[in-house]
Amino acid sequence: MSAQTVGDGSGADPEIVLSMRDVSKAYGDGDGRVHALRRVSLDVAAGEMVAVMGTSGSGKSTLLSIAGAMVTPDAGEVTVAGVPIEGASARGRARVRRELVGFVFQDFNLIPALTVIENVALPLDLDGASRATARSEARRALAAVGMRERGKDFPDDLSGGQRQRVAIARAMVGQRRLVLADEPTGALDSVTGDRVLSVLRSMADQGSAVVLVTHDARHAAWADRIVHLADGTILEEARAARPEQLLTGEPR
Amino acid sequence: MSVKQALLALLADGDRYGYQLRAAFEEATGGVWPLNIGQVYTTLDRLERDGLVSRSEADDARQVHYGLTDAGHQEAATWWTTPVELGSPSRDDAALKIALAVSMPEVDTARVIQVQRAAVLSRMQDLTRARHASGDRDSAWALVADAMIFRAEAEVRWLDHTAARLANGDIEPGADARAATTFSLADGHVAAESRK
Ligand SMILES: Nc1ncnc2c1ncn2[C@@H]1O[C@H](COP(=O)(O)OP(=O)(O)OP(=O)(O)O)[C@@H](O)[C@H]1O
Ligand SMILES: [Mg+2]
Repeated sequence: MSAQTVGDGSGADPEIVLSMRDVSKAYGDGDGRVHALRRVSLDVAAGEMVAVMGTSGSGKSTLLSIAGAMVTPDAGEVTVAGVPIEGASARGRARVRRELVGFVFQDFNLIPALTVIENVALPLDLDGASRATARSEARRALAAVGMRERGKDFPDDLSGGQRQRVAIARAMVGQRRLVLADEPTGALDSVTGDRVLSVLRSMADQGSAVVLVTHDARHAAWADRIVHLADGTILEEARAARPEQLLTGEPR
Repeated sequence: MSVKQALLALLADGDRYGYQLRAAFEEATGGVWPLNIGQVYTTLDRLERDGLVSRSEADDARQVHYGLTDAGHQEAATWWTTPVELGSPSRDDAALKIALAVSMPEVDTARVIQVQRAAVLSRMQDLTRARHASGDRDSAWALVADAMIFRAEAEVRWLDHTAARLANGDIEPGADARAATTFSLADGHVAAESRK
């Protein structure tokens, strides 16, 4: 029984939102040269959630930064929602980042001078949404991560795990085509972490393409596919079985 | 899984006949461990023989009810306050296979680990989907599924740990497999013995 070869059998192919082809990236030069990614290819479709695992330094954050048009690869092609990144100007890439991509960074990146709700509403404000729309969507996102009551606080008033949840709420607003999350559950206890994962899962179920970097196999298991990076290359993939194969595990 | 202890615990809750016991067992455990009715009756017979359970005369519906004796109540109460037997762990096939792989230089242990890892992750994906599709409505199944998911996670962590030690050269493939120490697991105790 090979789970590896199972397709989703849903007929028409869903749209590929993130496409990475033979992407390479190295840092430094000479003896200190580090090959962070070596000819990595990865497609993520609308509605799909992919988890990226791998040891520290294996290239996970690099992969995510390239997918999010924050870092330019040395070689390879990247498109987000059909928009090629490599040919784009700095302004074009900034637009991709702002309009198509939602980020949850390893280090939160909340703006300390803005309140929680202002932080969450920021991507919508930048999109030119009306203030009322931005506020109500931000409130909804905060509620989904269990932070409804903390909208008026500043990031510095929150615990690490609470800041992380706010960062996730910010990535949720505006239903981005591509959601990139780098260790979003790092500072969270297991129950809160599960809540965050269920939010990411529902973003995928509503049609976003989601890429999640995690060390936690329990969280990776929420994904449709799990890829394993080692030394800048993709080693293996595990994918979920078809629904009819669920729950047929042998009894103990 | 101790069927005997589970049936005692259920009977402590009130007398039941065989089919009721089976239904109560499956309901409480989310139906993950199917129990056949023959197993229920053999276990009840044994419990009766040991003086822990007594049976009533058949009722109008010709059902024989089982209930706990005083000794049975005591046994059921003791179960909750004692830890589950750690005993000898059941043979861990994955650990066994990887230990063998490490001892054989011609085997690519990293690959063996990878294959195992992918399989465990697929299983975790299936469990996670089923677990969250049911939400928390079915709390018995959710609890049992969580237990399986956390155990699988532990296996992935062990595999990752082993792969990393292998990659770092902490484990030398094909190195003299005759260990300097032998360990045995008996009655829940770990015993180490040096081989000079
Ligand atoms: N800006 C940079 N300059 C130099 N080297 C870098 C830079 N960013 C990443 N690297 C190197 O590239 C490799 C991959 O880094 P990356 O951050 O992608 O790893 P990671 O898989 O995210 O690790 P972690 O799990 O620790 O977050 C590492 O060896 C890292 O030191
Ligand atoms: Mg990283």
